[in-house]
Amino acid sequence: MKKGRQTYILNDKVYIAATASIAGVDEGNGRLRDFFDYVIDESEFGCKSHEKAEIKLRKHAIESLLANADVKADEIDAIIGGDLLNQLVPSGFSAREFDAPFCGLYSACATFGQSLATGALLLGGGADKVICCTSSHFATAERQYRFPLELGTQPPPTAQRTVTGVGCALLTREKPAKKCPVITAFTIGKVIDMGLDDPNNMGAAMAPATCETISAHLDERGVKADYYDLIVTGDLGKLGRELLCSMLDKKYGCVKDRINDCGCMIFKDSQKCGLGGSGAGCSSLVFCSYLYKTMLAGGLKRILLVPTGAMLSKDSSLQGESIPAIAHAVAIEM
Amino acid sequence: MDKKEYSELVEQTTPRTKEGKTLLCAFAIGGLICMIGQGISDALSALIPSFDEKTTGALTGVVMIFLGSLLTGLGVYDKIGYYAGAGSVLPITGFANSIVSPAMEYNKEGIVFGLMAKMFSIAGPIIVSGICASVLIGVVYYIIGLF
Amino acid sequence: MQYFLTYLKVFAVGGLVCATGQILINKTKMTSARVLVTFLLAGAALEAVGLFRYIEDFGKAGITIPITGFGKSLAAGAIEGAKQGLYQACTGGLAAVSAGLTAAIAFGFVIALVSKSRPKGT
Repeated sequence: MKKGRQTYILNDKVYIAATASIAGVDEGNGRLRDFFDYVIDESEFGCKSHEKAEIKLRKHAIESLLANADVKADEIDAIIGGDLLNQLVPSGFSAREFDAPFCGLYSACATFGQSLATGALLLGGGADKVICCTSSHFATAERQYRFPLELGTQPPPTAQRTVTGVGCALLTREKPAKKCPVITAFTIGKVIDMGLDDPNNMGAAMAPATCETISAHLDERGVKADYYDLIVTGDLGKLGRELLCSMLDKKYGCVKDRINDCGCMIFKDSQKCGLGGSGAGCSSLVFCSYLYKTMLAGGLKRILLVPTGAMLSKDSSLQGESIPAIAHAVAIEM
Repeated sequence: MDKKEYSELVEQTTPRTKEGKTLLCAFAIGGLICMIGQGISDALSALIPSFDEKTTGALTGVVMIFLGSLLTGLGVYDKIGYYAGAGSVLPITGFANSIVSPAMEYNKEGIVFGLMAKMFSIAGPIIVSGICASVLIGVVYYIIGLF
Repeated sequence: MQYFLTYLKVFAVGGLVCATGQILINKTKMTSARVLVTFLLAGAALEAVGLFRYIEDFGKAGITIPITGFGKSLAAGAIEGAKQGLYQACTGGLAAVSAGLTAAIAFGFVIALVSKSRPKGT
């Protein structure tokens, strides 16, 4: 049921029956190590290129999700999701391994939010089981968006590090045997561009879109910010989180304690990761490991997951375009 | 909040580059690389005294370029660059790094369309601007020389 | 003592050049290719107006090892060629840096054939 301009309240429950997560080497050395299903031990994962590695990572993640949930690929109504690369190569190429319909999605690093929302809609349209999967890889993103890995450059103080990892979730219409988190509502974000043009400062570029989506969600759903135990954004990083908090604080009073960011959660401060993690795999990896398991254990009751994305390309920056940003909010409750 | 207000807020909140630290690193490592260059140049002129100054200079450049390429191939140069910033970009070793790193990055796309084609994706502008500038300077000097 | 002083000057001049580049990077968010182009052109311009040799006499490798030296060679070759004719004025620059350029391309080719780029750990 649509409520307001952007928000959808789901009449039928959408269960997140199972998740799977595979993390890269440095993510495995980070704060959430114990929550990942599997941590790879070298960036190429036994492949000839990092792009092939990302494809293999996704394949493995989806296979382990199927194993976790004890379902077969031909029972899956759709695999949906995306990544950061041109033509969604990792998503499309990994989907050829499965006997299941596939739909590629793109909202830059906010793709996991878009996937959960689209998955919920597919279930509403009659599907029974949908897999949402997003991924990113540091090396493939560096090559596409920045410089060759071996070029000796100094990251500016606002840089973030693309997360290597995959998170995937199985959405089901049928209630699973054990209690599990449920998607209750979602808000589709608008593309907001505040005119910032520094591709090395994506947190600041994405914060306004995030603020807009969170406000729209809270207002249209008619709940206060403290309805949620945690509002967790995708990859704003430390600076983006600070900017978001100062904007939300003005609107809703002090909400700072309830806001966290997947990009800030994933790495340790001692790791040289700038202001935090980023990438389409950042929010999915953190949700499918730490957040999902904490919800199952009862540590969190209601969260608002707000993956955030900057819709830029290397060429758009070179052509002098500013950075349009997007965020999608998904309410997940036990 | 309009665009102007927001960019002011971002301006205030954004962490600054650690000016002193980066400058010091660039100075120290840049200076050190130049000293290594001077050492190579001195060694070359001591070993092969028959070479004139120009040839020694060119050979020093070749040796430094070899070292830069080698350190890039071994995966060390980008680690130096992380700390040195301009200190490892500006020396001729950094020029070698800017040629070798894209060639290495794209060698998976094949030798012709990967390695060879992408080799100049970063160093291209340096070569183009350098050659164009030298032609301009040469022609201007030639015209001045006519009078 | 003589050696010590020379190397100290090389260190100081080379360090200063790189620190100037770092200021450019910090203040203008220039990428490394842009900084290289700027300093290359600066080296060529200094040679064209005849100032480069004074810095070189003092700082030696401190100014020739940075990309400014590459620019200087290009300009010097062109100026040298201009004395002989228009043809040499156009080709002299590239001829003067042919050793460095050949080395960069040849070493680059061989090394890129046998090595692999890898992401560095955090």
